[in-house]
Amino acid sequence: MTLFDCQVGEKAEVLGVSGERAIRKRLIDMGITTGTVLFIRKVAPMGDPIEIRCRGYELSLRKEEAKTIEVRRIDR
Amino acid sequence: MNFKVALAGNPNSGKTTLFNRLTGSKQHVGNWPGVTIEKKEGSFQIEEHEITLVDLPGIYSMSVYSMEEIVARDFIMEEHPDLILNIVDGTNIERNLYLSLQLKELGIPMVIAVNMLDELKGKGITLDLKQLSALLDTPVVAISAKNGSGMAELIHELVHNTHSSVLEYDSATEAIIRQISVIREACRHDHVHDKFYAMKMLENDEAIVRDLRMSEAQLNQLEGLQKQFCDQRGQREIDMAVADMLYSLIEMMMKQCVKKRESETSVSDRIDMIVTHKYLGIPVFFLILFCMFIVTFGPIGEGLKGWVEMVINEVLAANLLAALASMAVAPWALDLVNTVIGGVGSVLSFMPQIMLLFLFLSVLEDSGYMSRAAFLMDGMLRKIGLNGKAFIPMLMGFGCTVPAVMASRVLEHEQDRKMTILLIPFMSCGAKLPVYALFAGIFFPAHSGIAIFSMYVLGILVAVGCGFLLRHTVFKDNESTFILELPPYRIPSFQVTMNHMWQKAKGFLIKAGTIIFSMTVLLWVLTNFSFALQMVDDPTASILGLIGRFIAPLFIPLGFGHWQSAIALISGLIAKESVVSSMAVMYNVGNVSQLATVLTQVFTPASAIAFMTFVLLYAPCVAAISAIHSEAGSWKYTLKSMGFQIGVAYCVSFVVYHVVSLLI
Repeated sequence: MTLFDCQVGEKAEVLGVSGERAIRKRLIDMGITTGTVLFIRKVAPMGDPIEIRCRGYELSLRKEEAKTIEVRRIDR
Repeated sequence: MNFKVALAGNPNSGKTTLFNRLTGSKQHVGNWPGVTIEKKEGSFQIEEHEITLVDLPGIYSMSVYSMEEIVARDFIMEEHPDLILNIVDGTNIERNLYLSLQLKELGIPMVIAVNMLDELKGKGITLDLKQLSALLDTPVVAISAKNGSGMAELIHELVHNTHSSVLEYDSATEAIIRQISVIREACRHDHVHDKFYAMKMLENDEAIVRDLRMSEAQLNQLEGLQKQFCDQRGQREIDMAVADMLYSLIEMMMKQCVKKRESETSVSDRIDMIVTHKYLGIPVFFLILFCMFIVTFGPIGEGLKGWVEMVINEVLAANLLAALASMAVAPWALDLVNTVIGGVGSVLSFMPQIMLLFLFLSVLEDSGYMSRAAFLMDGMLRKIGLNGKAFIPMLMGFGCTVPAVMASRVLEHEQDRKMTILLIPFMSCGAKLPVYALFAGIFFPAHSGIAIFSMYVLGILVAVGCGFLLRHTVFKDNESTFILELPPYRIPSFQVTMNHMWQKAKGFLIKAGTIIFSMTVLLWVLTNFSFALQMVDDPTASILGLIGRFIAPLFIPLGFGHWQSAIALISGLIAKESVVSSMAVMYNVGNVSQLATVLTQVFTPASAIAFMTFVLLYAPCVAAISAIHSEAGSWKYTLKSMGFQIGVAYCVSFVVYHVVSLLI
């Protein structure tokens, strides 16, 4: 599953990032590395982009980019 | 001694604030060669040392995937700064240290300034800086760029630190780095930035691997080592493996340095519950914008504008002209001075409104709201190929194109920026209103409000249409992404906000003083001289008059093929306000009611609407054109965008003229 499939309020652990190299590298550089726990905070009023919490800060990305982040859901 | 210090750090780490604080007013702003990323250099004197500080673009990593990263990396690797000052956001330390570790690999003396520690304390988190300094083998100083604390210690470290060291990673990683270094030595004989090169080779950094021109065998060997590293770290891909190694190291460091007390919901979270709320978010956003526009273009802004106009016209111009007249200066010189004061003065009179707009923008930016606005609007704007961050600049376009174009700087991607700059002039600026008011009043007296309003709507529709079109043609491969950090809300400091506002306003003032001044003089020459360089009394015989006659037939398909309108449109390139006044001059009438009588004879309602449409859409005034030039960084692009706007104006006016002719 990818980050795209997660619901607001859920936590997910990163398994990998795919996609076009420049975007993938940016996501990795911003701290989305394997094992990182992401928290899905909210969805923008138009349904896109989404806001997540990663390594103690808030990050916004489009659903398009969320689809490239492979994750495992963590039960609360 | 002369020191060159590179200031590096993540976006939003307080880099610009620290830069302004250290260098004061001694700054030089330009662009990096070939790209439109702002290049700021400043200097300051400490004891016997002259320190030149270079503000590198904010970056997250030393990669080569964005213009900012390339600029920062090239500067450090080619200009060899004596020291790197790395500013780190204390509230976001994990991600900020990721860049610090990469900078550390360069083996250049470094000082780390940890910013916003006070905010961290407020969250109940303590950071052991001594321990961090020991782990990184680098001096670490706590500062607050906002209120200026820690500056003395920071400067002391800057001047006295000559300690260059690189960090040792774990032994398995170091073993691989040693083998890669052997390959590198065979390709490149110096030992500058040794570890950085090796790490980038390990990461398979395109630029560095390409520049080393390795042999087939060496490439295979490197690939083998990369594979070995991936296996060691249990990873599939090499860039992830390297990032994972660095982040794991940071996590380990954090365990030794950070003491956390689990805190309740922060103030920032509580603010966010309302401002980015599913239903409330957008209304709140529009409310903020509404207030901003009411203040800027309402009584306050207009009042200040009127005051500046009065000072320029009644005090400055009147006294200067009187003084010149008493010295018996030639009448043509008087006329020239008068024109220049009028031209530059009309632009300067926008100064208060521009400063107010920039004040609001600085507050929105510094408080952290700007990125939320982008978050809210992205969904809507991406449909026309724009980025959420383009919304504020587009909206400012309704006021004045010049600050709007300058505000497009908030967009990181060059393509996004270029597209935004191209579409901003379609947002009908304040100076076009007098034209609509005149024509709508004459030809649609009963519905003038609707006629004027429809111009604004038409501008938006054309922008949307063009955005859609360009996205599928010229800007097709626009890699527009929306990976945006939402920094915590902060109360902007008065001093910092004023400083930011002043820096921007200064740019505008310089522009008014140079380009607009020379364009006004040029236009004066064109309207007062014939091609034989003889002064003429009758403007129709002037160079501009002849050009007007020459191009007038082009406008016949649009319904207004008279040379007077052609010249009025040309003068509109200087300032849109002058369209009406130059029409009055060309038709040789003294006041608006006489002008109305003449216009009813030469225009039909359909051609009037077509003329209004043309004024709405064609190339903006020189002030805006020069702003576009300075933001886009090339005359070629500037001229192309003007051509595009004139083309769009022509086509749309043509359609409007014929459709309205059929309807009425």
